Amino acid sequence: MRTFVSDAARRFGFSESEVGKIELAIDEACTNIIKHAYKFNPDGIIEIRVSTQNDNAAPKFIVEIFDSGISFDSSRYTAPDMKEYFKKLRHGGLGIVLMKKLMDEVEYGRIGGERNSIRLVKYLPA
Amino acid sequence: MSEFSVGIRQRDTISVLDLKGYLDAHTAPELEKAFEKQLDDKRYNIVVNFSDLSYISSAGLGVLMQFIEDVRKNEGDIKLSNMSSRVYNVFDLLGFPMLYEIFNEEDEAVKKFLNKTENLS
Repeated sequence: MRTFVSDAARRFGFSESEVGKIELAIDEACTNIIKHAYKFNPDGIIEIRVSTQNDNAAPKFIVEIFDSGISFDSSRYTAPDMKEYFKKLRHGGLGIVLMKKLMDEVEYGRIGGERNSIRLVKYLPA
Repeated sequence: MSEFSVGIRQRDTISVLDLKGYLDAHTAPELEKAFEKQLDDKRYNIVVNFSDLSYISSAGLGVLMQFIEDVRKNEGDIKLSNMSSRVYNVFDLLGFPMLYEIFNEEDEAVKKFLNKTENLS
């Protein structure tokens, strides 16, 4: 899975460092699905779709990840203030913070009331 | 399959954890075990050497957060060293340099611990 996405990102023109960021964002997204949507149930299926958009000024690399587990209500999510996070010595919840920092767009969705989606987009630097 | 291992060395009063390979959600429990062992042995001065670590995800950073409170409560610390730029970037993106001292070389981290011990005695 890692190789599939990183090869596609490389072919699209990303540098090794950008490819690494995309890989990590996808790892974080899938880890959250395994942990929170599927609660480590090994039968859970994760589908990954990669596409590209070249029709505007900023070419986009789009990764969509689908699962059929418990959905994540992103409307109730607020990103932690990292200063507070460290002061209170919290742990967990870093994956989503990282995804948002690594990618240009992160969007959660629900399809047909039964599937969850995450859409991760990275713009190709000019 | 992701490969990861932790080696543990003692340098004076300090435990050095050598990380190797891929540290992600799948392999993070290995690192947890290594930290638990240090706490069980009451070794609270810990340096984590990242020189052979090629990949880290938030699960790895989560392990550091999990143990920092106990370690500092016991007058110890977790200091980090020898990160590749790829690994350092992940720490930096999340603001970890606010909470952890990160050194280029393991020796510098060890020296910092030893200086502190000398000042106390």
